[in-house]
Amino acid sequence: MSDTVERVLAAHRFLDGMPEGTVELIAGCAQLDSFEPGQRLLAEGEPAGTLFLVHHGRVGIEVHQSEGIITIETVGPGQIVGLSWASPPFRWQFDARALEPVSVVAVDVDRLRTELRRRPDIGVVVLERLASLLVDRLQETRLRVLDLHALGDDRPR
Amino acid sequence: MHGPLTPEPYRVVGRREEVGDVVTLSLEPCTDGASGTYAHGQFNMLTAFGVGEVALSIAGSAGTSGLIEHSVRDVGAVTHALCTVPAGAVVGLRGPFGNGWGIERLPDGPDVVVVAGGIGLAPLRSAVGDLVVREREGRGRVFVVAGARSPDQVLYGDDLDAWRLSGSDVVVTVDVGTPGWEGPVGVVTTVLPDLAFEPGGAWALTCGPEIMMRFVARALVECGVEPARILVSLERNMQCGIGICGHCQLGPLLVCRDGPVVPYGGVADRLLVERGR
Amino acid sequence: MASDGDAVIDRHGFDALIAELRRRGFRTRGPVVRDQAILHDEVSSTGDLPGGWRDQQAPGRYRLEQVGGPELFGWAVGPASWKSEFFPPEEVVWRASVDDGQVTVTEPDGTTEPVALIGIRPCELSALDVLDRVLQGGRVVDDRYAARRAGTFVLAVDCGAPASTCFCSSMGTGPAAGSGYDLALTELTDGRHRFHVRVGSPAGAEVLASVPREPVGDGDVAERRGVLEGARAGMGRVLDTDGLPGLLDGNIDHPRWDEVAERCLSCGNCTLVCPTCFCSDVDDVTDLSGSVERRRRWASCFDIEHSFLHSGPVRASTSSRYRQWLTHKLSTWWDQFDGSGCVGCGRCITWCPVGIDLTEEVAAIRAGDRETVGDAS
Repeated sequence: MSDTVERVLAAHRFLDGMPEGTVELIAGCAQLDSFEPGQRLLAEGEPAGTLFLVHHGRVGIEVHQSEGIITIETVGPGQIVGLSWASPPFRWQFDARALEPVSVVAVDVDRLRTELRRRPDIGVVVLERLASLLVDRLQETRLRVLDLHALGDDRPR
Repeated sequence: MHGPLTPEPYRVVGRREEVGDVVTLSLEPCTDGASGTYAHGQFNMLTAFGVGEVALSIAGSAGTSGLIEHSVRDVGAVTHALCTVPAGAVVGLRGPFGNGWGIERLPDGPDVVVVAGGIGLAPLRSAVGDLVVREREGRGRVFVVAGARSPDQVLYGDDLDAWRLSGSDVVVTVDVGTPGWEGPVGVVTTVLPDLAFEPGGAWALTCGPEIMMRFVARALVECGVEPARILVSLERNMQCGIGICGHCQLGPLLVCRDGPVVPYGGVADRLLVERGR
Repeated sequence: MASDGDAVIDRHGFDALIAELRRRGFRTRGPVVRDQAILHDEVSSTGDLPGGWRDQQAPGRYRLEQVGGPELFGWAVGPASWKSEFFPPEEVVWRASVDDGQVTVTEPDGTTEPVALIGIRPCELSALDVLDRVLQGGRVVDDRYAARRAGTFVLAVDCGAPASTCFCSSMGTGPAAGSGYDLALTELTDGRHRFHVRVGSPAGAEVLASVPREPVGDGDVAERRGVLEGARAGMGRVLDTDGLPGLLDGNIDHPRWDEVAERCLSCGNCTLVCPTCFCSDVDDVTDLSGSVERRRRWASCFDIEHSFLHSGPVRASTSSRYRQWLTHKLSTWWDQFDGSGCVGCGRCITWCPVGIDLTEEVAAIRAGDRETVGDAS
């Protein structure tokens, strides 16, 4: 049985525990997509129009610098790629590239917005889920800012 | 026979520069007697004569040879002296002390998740070696997550490769990627939900900076691992190793005597109260 | 109630006891007056003991005064506890000579002739039992302590003169010696100056048998009872130990810790005078010849370095250090060594320069216990 958008969404962590009708609502704005290793999902500076729910494979959030490409964070199955559509100026701040064969559900965020306004009961839950995901990312980033491995410690080792 | 506070002379027969400021020393007793046996996760007190003494966990394969291995990170006067000691020189050693991970008492079956941050892999190294064998013998899977600051700071890269080749699930994640690194980027907690382990009945062993261990423990609890089965290796000021100098107390624990390995469930609250006030 | 072997001796008998112990090769150590305090030193006869002296103790206050009279033990306890006999304030643990790539490590001989403790108070005898559990009762024995402690003869003296800072009755350690003694004396001064002697061991019986003594009379028993009752009644302080370990464990975030920290100087006096505080530091000292020695010395949990890790101290505030000290003595000591770390000698109260009183602190925490008074918010 081949994957359908509905089936993938229903199994995705992002939609876990969402109210009835959410899968159908999001599926109405989305399609399945896949990327080969090295292929870009999104590019720095371009208009942010898509939210990717990763189904298979890992995606690197990357930034270019003179020495080459640096991966800032890796995102795997059950997680999402693409946050800049939620905030002005609605342009991607980083690149995202498939590190492995990647399959996703690609959501058209303009249509999603329209649909969520029509169904505020679902809208508020989706926004809560998005906020919680952002908090997780923020906490992980804070932990990295601590630069724990650089702290001196004299535990037995 | 010397007392428990007196070190025995050990010769540095091998010295290997690891990543960063870490040096691994191989030691053998200067006297004829072979060094004693020890359990994974125990520690020794090493003396740089004329400088001082420091607690170092045993990083060598337990009980396989007369050699004891210690990985030392250059962070203070004593560790600096040990990191720069040449092969052939003599250091002092007493131990082993503490309780170790107790993996020899693990029943067959449960998955074991090992989460290490930086040099926190040292006290886990010989334990993972045995856990990989346990997996190969079909007695329970092992999942190793090693966190490092950056790809060039990954400790024991050869061991990690060997464990992976042996069929175990090994994930290395870094805080900051460098050009060419396509492995996971993020703190160790981010990769835990994607590990294919069975949390019910699973055991977890973790060692690293205390903050990291707290977050790892919480993330594991979130995954469904029982707090009593999450073992952390604590860091306190250990000086005597035998529970008589009082420095390493953590509430009811004398960490050198009752630890350094303790179940997270028993110390979680105390760690938050004791630190930083 | 007199037991078999109990006896009464007079001061000459006491002198004969000390002489007999010396003849048997004991170093006889006992209380003496020095530097305006009761300290410990070698005693060769009762003439060396603090005859006619009394102490006055209060929070932050200690005075000796000569009142005359026959009493040798008319005082409570001085600043020096007996732990230094077996666990010296500073000692060399080992020496190493480094010569041409060879290292030789040697330990200085820690053995001495056994010591006889003359006039040790019951609270202090309990303190030695506490130290024994810590330093030689675990899986690994502090061999230096054990070597000094071996063969100790204990000549205890029941306490008839508790200070205002004393609370041994609360801790169950006094005023009468309960166990662990070879001989236990009670000083009696009604009419004739004499000592009621209880025998606690075969060694004690043997030594007592060699000195002039009389049988115990009804009057001696009655007077002894009176002395001990008077001591219990004169005990200056009380510590309610009911459920104490749990009480403190349940109040580690009580506001009282911050309040006491406003007065506490974090000087560590309490830990130095405490007969059970056992923390120690080590320090390596080198000389020009290339030899090294490691010295061990008493340490205090009030020292900010005590909990030091490379990234800083675990207990950075005075509040957290006072809490560590007090909760260790009265609560976590039970977890670690299956007993109390406090014997009620009151030294920490007397010798605190600002007069912090642990019985008062515990009472305040009990009064403000959230478990019993409910949520104040």
